[in-house]
Amino acid sequence: MATVTQTSRRSSTHTELSSGSRAKAQQRSLFDMEIVGPAIKASLAKLNPLLMVKNPVMFVTEVGAAVTTVELFFARTHSEPLGFVLQIALWLWFTVLFANLAEAMAEGRGKAQADGLRRSRTKASARKIDVNGIETLVPAETLRKGDTFVCTANDVIPADGEIIEGAATVNESAITGESAPVIREAGGDRSAVTGGTTVLSDRIIVRVTADPGESFMDRMIGLIEGAKRQKTPNEIALNILLAALTIIFLIVIMTLKPFGIYSGLLPSSISITILVALLVCLIPTTIGGLLSAIGIAGIDRMVQHNVLAMSGRAVEAAGDVDVLLLDKTGTITLGNRQATEFVPAPGVDPRELADAAQLSSLADETPEGRSIVVLAKEQFGLRGRELHELPHATFVPFTAQTRMSGVNINGTQIRKGAADSIATFVGSKFPDEVNKAVDKIARSGGTPLVVASNQRVLGTIHLKDIVKAGLPDRFRRFRAMGIKTVMITGDNRLTAASIAAEAGVDDFLAQATPENKLALIRKEQAAGHLVAMTGDGTNDAPALAQADVGVAMNTGTQAAKEAGNMVDLDSNPTKLIEVVEIGKQLLMTRGALTTFSIANDVAKYFAIIPAIMVATFPVIKPLNIMGLQSPHSAILSAVIFNALIIIILIPLALRGVKFRPLGAAVILRRNLLIYGLGGVTIPFIGIKAIDIIVNLMHLA
Amino acid sequence: MTASGWIQLALYVGILALLTKPMGLFLVKVLDARGRTFLDPVIKPVERLMYRILGVDPQTEYNWKQYAVAMLLFSLVSCIFTYAILRLQACLPWYGAAQGHLSTVMTPDLAFNTAVSFTTNTNWQSYGGENTMSYFSQMVGLASHNFFSAATGIAIAAALVRAIARDKAKTIGNFWVDLVRINLYVLIPVCIVYALFLVSQGMIQNFRPYTDITVLEQAPATTQPAVQTLQMGPMASQVAIKMLGTNGGGYANANAAHPFENPTPLSNFIQMLSIFLIPSGLTYYLGRTVKSQKHGWAVWASMAVLFIGATTVCWWAESRGNPHFAELGVVQTGGNMEGKEVRFGIFNSALFANITTDASCGAVNSMHDSYTPLGGMMPMLNIQLGEIIFGGVGAGLYGMLVFVVVTIFIAGLMVGRTPEYLGKKIEAYDVKTASLAILILTHSILIFTAWACISDWGRAGLNNNGPHGFSEMLYAYSSAAGNNGSAFAGLNTNTPWWNTTMALAMLFGRFLMIVPIIALAGSLAGKKRIPQSAGSFPVSGVTFVVLLVGTILIAGALTFLPALALGPIVEHFLMTNTTQLF
Repeated sequence: MATVTQTSRRSSTHTELSSGSRAKAQQRSLFDMEIVGPAIKASLAKLNPLLMVKNPVMFVTEVGAAVTTVELFFARTHSEPLGFVLQIALWLWFTVLFANLAEAMAEGRGKAQADGLRRSRTKASARKIDVNGIETLVPAETLRKGDTFVCTANDVIPADGEIIEGAATVNESAITGESAPVIREAGGDRSAVTGGTTVLSDRIIVRVTADPGESFMDRMIGLIEGAKRQKTPNEIALNILLAALTIIFLIVIMTLKPFGIYSGLLPSSISITILVALLVCLIPTTIGGLLSAIGIAGIDRMVQHNVLAMSGRAVEAAGDVDVLLLDKTGTITLGNRQATEFVPAPGVDPRELADAAQLSSLADETPEGRSIVVLAKEQFGLRGRELHELPHATFVPFTAQTRMSGVNINGTQIRKGAADSIATFVGSKFPDEVNKAVDKIARSGGTPLVVASNQRVLGTIHLKDIVKAGLPDRFRRFRAMGIKTVMITGDNRLTAASIAAEAGVDDFLAQATPENKLALIRKEQAAGHLVAMTGDGTNDAPALAQADVGVAMNTGTQAAKEAGNMVDLDSNPTKLIEVVEIGKQLLMTRGALTTFSIANDVAKYFAIIPAIMVATFPVIKPLNIMGLQSPHSAILSAVIFNALIIIILIPLALRGVKFRPLGAAVILRRNLLIYGLGGVTIPFIGIKAIDIIVNLMHLA
Repeated sequence: MTASGWIQLALYVGILALLTKPMGLFLVKVLDARGRTFLDPVIKPVERLMYRILGVDPQTEYNWKQYAVAMLLFSLVSCIFTYAILRLQACLPWYGAAQGHLSTVMTPDLAFNTAVSFTTNTNWQSYGGENTMSYFSQMVGLASHNFFSAATGIAIAAALVRAIARDKAKTIGNFWVDLVRINLYVLIPVCIVYALFLVSQGMIQNFRPYTDITVLEQAPATTQPAVQTLQMGPMASQVAIKMLGTNGGGYANANAAHPFENPTPLSNFIQMLSIFLIPSGLTYYLGRTVKSQKHGWAVWASMAVLFIGATTVCWWAESRGNPHFAELGVVQTGGNMEGKEVRFGIFNSALFANITTDASCGAVNSMHDSYTPLGGMMPMLNIQLGEIIFGGVGAGLYGMLVFVVVTIFIAGLMVGRTPEYLGKKIEAYDVKTASLAILILTHSILIFTAWACISDWGRAGLNNNGPHGFSEMLYAYSSAAGNNGSAFAGLNTNTPWWNTTMALAMLFGRFLMIVPIIALAGSLAGKKRIPQSAGSFPVSGVTFVVLLVGTILIAGALTFLPALALGPIVEHFLMTNTTQLF
């Protein structure tokens, strides 16, 4: 009990600290020159067709840009104004570059974070121990799996490993971004150490668990930089759809030439330049250009929340999760119980009970003990006395044998503890009222502590799990989103049911063991649900591996971290909720921009179709509903709009669309209005505005 | 646009809505191999006999590949069968009845075109029935396909719907069982009753030779009494399935404008109703089978919105008439009557034109070619959208479901989950197959039209030039690839080039589209069904209907707007603003 309490107290401070220090690091402006500068350079490098071909939409755009560039030399023979062809060619190149820039910026933001990590592991050397126990100094990169090394205070741990001997305080700020030290010790669930972190005290012997290049840090850097990024299943599917749309429009444009020839359109109205311009306007360049940036930004947002997703696939799965397994302690409740009520025995003044309870708890440094002191002060104005004010008091600490604690003061023995222990202590039966109070508290999910003074029973203290503020509301919103929350606890059913009801979770698993946790996950998955959970212990590993999204705590064991597909560097189990939200946000952003991109085509048609027909059929003029000045300015304006919209939407792609915890039907309606209807109307306004500027500047 | 028109439209939609549930419930029974119907005492023995003859075990189900192979084999064999009948019709029975009147030569390319046309449920006719087909060819060669191809379409729709409803299944049904049951329990019984009704309205059904009659009014230019040869034959039996099975191949060249083939206003109304009867019922079948009746009705509502919208535009355009007629002093009571049967008038022609092109029927009671440009554009657009507005029997539903899958994939992401349709995740393979189905249709239409546009053989078929000629070619290939079969007349397609390219467009539009759809069914069937929750994509309600209709319109507009602009749209502006006519 005591250890658990301490651990969770530390981990909660841990969280506050780290989110504070991280918040500063995050406040990097979207268009920070440190990122934009290199990104511009990278976007030029990305023009390499061998790289472009992976993105069919942008590859077609690049080919189009190249074709129009070649057309520059034939402008005269095709009787087209050179300036017009030049501008179209330039804007098509810009379209490609803007898309590259979006991707480069997303990668750049990750790189900035990765660089920080890389700095931490430059000049490490290792004190390797051979079979005979002889220590030699070797470069860190020569360490292999199974080697052992020793670290003492101020040593940088040279590789990922498992402590096999000793315990130490370790500064893990290199990966978690916070300086509060954590304890790592051999055996148990906190034996894993990470290369690049620093030992602050003591001496540990560590067995290496990862070869160079495969360590946790290496993977982390790789992931953040997007170097090992693979397309996620949903991205692949979306790419197929975008490719299909591109093929459709290719055919639409290619057949437009013969249609035009039959219809007697002027050759200059359906010139290669114009057809390429129309093609690029119609294929979904907006989403095609921003798609990979959205994916990288999703992983990046996880990193900003100090969660390391092992793959983009995991981030995507987080959005699909519809069952959350939440550990009670630390996630739903504050992690320790607090006194909420004094229930006096018959004939006992409540004040006397509170006083005795406070006295017995003065030396009790557990949160429970302190909460009793605080409650007595709050309810009866009893000031918590300092220990030195009571020189004659002898404090009796809690032991597993007596299962009670208390104080001996001026011949009075005050004890508080579990009901049966106190019953033994007083040597007689409790009054009925006290038994009733004890039962009632236990039934409500609380812990009853009986207080006795010598042989007299004073009453009962109600210790209660405190549900974190705001959680019931949060769970309600989850329910609206169709996500079921399940509380996992080691408590008995009665206690669990009561806390579950108070927290507002949909279901609970009482007396949880790793085995029945795993069974629960399997059961939910068999019913078609996707399950997310957190865990830290080695015995959590099977469940973490089985869950669709398994978030391992960074304080956990290596086995747990290997089994999960995300690691929370803050070791804050509540973060599971944010993880789901980020996953959803990623998918929403993708859908919103796809819808927007396709809806844009309506306006582009109204710009370009009249433009290519009006020379032959002046009667078609009413179709030019935007009243664009001339055919060339209409086409140019549509192409410029098509390029600029990518730049304009980069911030949205990187930040993600606003996430609202609402039901699918409401979200759909809202997003359809913004990105569907908006996608149809905005380009009408945009193209018209650009047309005015183009004419003011006499560009066409 | 008259009050009587609005009332008839309301009546039509109302009765269709009322028939949807009973038809749907009946289909639920028929499309389940173990389903029981009230017809069982009579038909069950016949069904068992059919299985014995075919050597089919009705208990065995097929995976998607086996299902597709069975479907393709059956279509291939029956197509060859019809080709043979057409080529050999002179040696087959009842040839004598029409002998001397069959002036169109049954060339190999015409027989190929026609056999493909009826196998694919298109019923494009490069010929006129009365001067080409013997009674035997009509009854056996063509009418058999009216049953087979309709049943094939329904079977595939059923396979797809089953696939959506099933959970981690390997099989999607048995093609032969579906084929037999649909014919025995739905098509044949309904057609028997339907044909008798048509006969009661005055439709012919006989084996008499062609008959000469003296007309009452003689042509003003001549003084001799005019003699007209009337086609006879088994018409009612063929017309019943032609409408119910959304085939549309006319017995006579004038199709449903012919007084024999559409004798009364009642026969006209019932024929229109029978086109949508099964497609409409299938939406109810969908809802019932996937256990979301609201979804079934949402699909129905989306179809109804598109149907009423297009019909209204077409009717409006026709009611406005042609300004050039007005200049010539021609009285256009009610609108543009060119090419329309006076018995039906503006509204019933516009309504029929939209129904027949919404569905893959293609029967006509007026000449679409003579519509005003915008009025004629609507039937064309209906076909180009994929004939998913109720659509052909089965074909309409599976085409619509492809759009549903694509719509959900695009918009489904916006709710923050991997898109899922009724609990089935839509993944790369599903997007691939659905995209392929859409690609096939649009490519077949656009590429063949482009080819014809710049070819001598293509332009040689034209009787009109300019945008109208373009519309005729675009309509022809839309009709072929969409397996509709109606035509903008004014285009002579009975040439080897046209017959062959049209036949290819029909084959692509049918089978290249069906195979990816069966593959999609196979993929969907194999998926785990994710339980529905508040976070699931809503597939019913107003938002979904708006979304689906919007996606269909935008997809159609984006693909065909350039072509339509060069055809009917520019023709419209030329008609209203200049004196040019085509």
